[in-house]
Amino acid sequence: MALIDRLGEALEGGQGGGIILSTVDSLVDWARGKSLWAMPMGTACCAMELIAASFNKFDFDRHGTFPRPDPRHTDVMIVAGTITKKMAPAVKRLYEQMADPKWVIAMGNCTISGGIFYYDTYSVVRGIDEFLPVDVYLAGCPPRPESLQDAVLRLRERIATESIAPDRRREGSYTLPMPGDISLGARLGGSGPDTGGESR
Amino acid sequence: MAAEIGQDECFVNEVEPSVDELVVNIGPSHPSTHGVCRVIVRLDGEVVTKAEPVIGYLHRGIEKMAENRTYLQVVPLTDRLDYVGSMYANWAYCRAVERLAGIRVPERAEYLRVIVCEMQRIASHMMSLGSAAADTGAFTMFIYAFDQRERIVEAFEELCGARLTYNYVRPGGVSFDIPEGWAESVLAFCRDHRTALDDIDALYFGNVIARDRMKGVGVLSAEDAVAWGASGPVARGSGVNWDLRKHDTYSVYPRFDFDVPTGTNGDCYDRARVRLFECYESCRIIEQALAQMEPGPINASGMPRLLAPRPGDAYDHIESARGSLGVYLVSDGSVRPYRMKVRSPAFCNLALLPMLAEGHMLSDLVVILGSLDPVFGEVDR
Repeated sequence: MALIDRLGEALEGGQGGGIILSTVDSLVDWARGKSLWAMPMGTACCAMELIAASFNKFDFDRHGTFPRPDPRHTDVMIVAGTITKKMAPAVKRLYEQMADPKWVIAMGNCTISGGIFYYDTYSVVRGIDEFLPVDVYLAGCPPRPESLQDAVLRLRERIATESIAPDRRREGSYTLPMPGDISLGARLGGSGPDTGGESR
Repeated sequence: MAAEIGQDECFVNEVEPSVDELVVNIGPSHPSTHGVCRVIVRLDGEVVTKAEPVIGYLHRGIEKMAENRTYLQVVPLTDRLDYVGSMYANWAYCRAVERLAGIRVPERAEYLRVIVCEMQRIASHMMSLGSAAADTGAFTMFIYAFDQRERIVEAFEELCGARLTYNYVRPGGVSFDIPEGWAESVLAFCRDHRTALDDIDALYFGNVIARDRMKGVGVLSAEDAVAWGASGPVARGSGVNWDLRKHDTYSVYPRFDFDVPTGTNGDCYDRARVRLFECYESCRIIEQALAQMEPGPINASGMPRLLAPRPGDAYDHIESARGSLGVYLVSDGSVRPYRMKVRSPAFCNLALLPMLAEGHMLSDLVVILGSLDPVFGEVDR
């Protein structure tokens, strides 16, 4: 068990530990959420949009997400593209090689349900949640790069509710206001997070 | 299902290495395999003695799926074959359907198909050149090339609403006519693109590191290229002057003035260079097509809702960015194809990898694989 997990356990049990715990949690969540290095598990069409999202026009780096094709370096696995039964063990093994804490974004309909390949094919896994714990589902065939960025922002919101103590979730969001704290919705002048992926 | 997935048998080495041989497994997830290809490499020191590509990690059964769909419903499936150049598979399939059902396509639709496919060729070659360059460490080149691809993708989005899976070419015509101002923006792109190609030429092909990595690596002789069924830039890089647009011409290609660039040495450098020059030629074709195109219908008249061609079979092929892409269709007279078979150029070109890689260093294998430009949606289908 990692040191940080033991810290959480110790704080939760101690007198007045909850106050310290929530402060530590907000720092840890902030740090984890703002630097989500991505493992681009691109197998098919969606991989093209995954590349597009990290290149000049869409520029993933500004959200702190940097594609790094090495499971040991990364925090979030973006599964982009159809996963066949032959490929699934490799994806599973790569996920197992990633260091905790780790998250999964299922990008594209194929990874959610098999998508267009749901009904009458024999080789496609009908959704990666059959063997991976998925945090964010991102629909589209393929989703636009903007929606992928939105998915990362949604994941960040989810991370903000996590606690280092076992079996505990926090209410609300980051409590540490930081300079340069942008969200896509606020930047576009909208009232909430942008839904993204609207096709014509 | 869960039990099937849990098994890990794909990582067992099928081959028992001898004492002085090292077996290295590259892939199926590896940044330089351009998809989900696995290569089992046997090494003597750092020299490849045998490289064996293992395919099928993206086999989605598209050919089988086509048998359960009507002729029009197959078109979106063909988008997902070669996802770097979706327009080609659309067009090859539609040509086979049109041949099978005896549909005459209006002239304007043919021009639109030529324009989008030449743009797609540029986009695909940019992806190919860029990712192959990134494999050799020239990441800047990837960004330059991807910038050009992004502009084409934007133009396609304006045309048909999708960035990647266009579903644009339909049996009997195309789905949309060009929007207002689109032709001008494409012409402007062609002008800018030539400058960008000059930049890429100087930045990448003028770079001594890139030249040293590619020259003399993975030499494919013209005889071997023909014997192994290579096509597209892989065959033309070896000096085989074979381009379906010229030598088995189709659509309105005879009306355009363009050259077929060929290489001489058949190494990775020549293959990459052929792709670069093809982009210049594609710009020429797009400009001529936009100038020649006249107003008119974009869909064949009298098309039934449900196509049911007479029993028979048809094969048609086009020159995709990777080579001769053919679709063979068999009809039994019903509204669904009895059988669809795709002749994939990427599959045939990938078969060259063991021959080309033998005797080279392990790091050259990556360059050779990049120069063959496989797209695994099309290899595995």
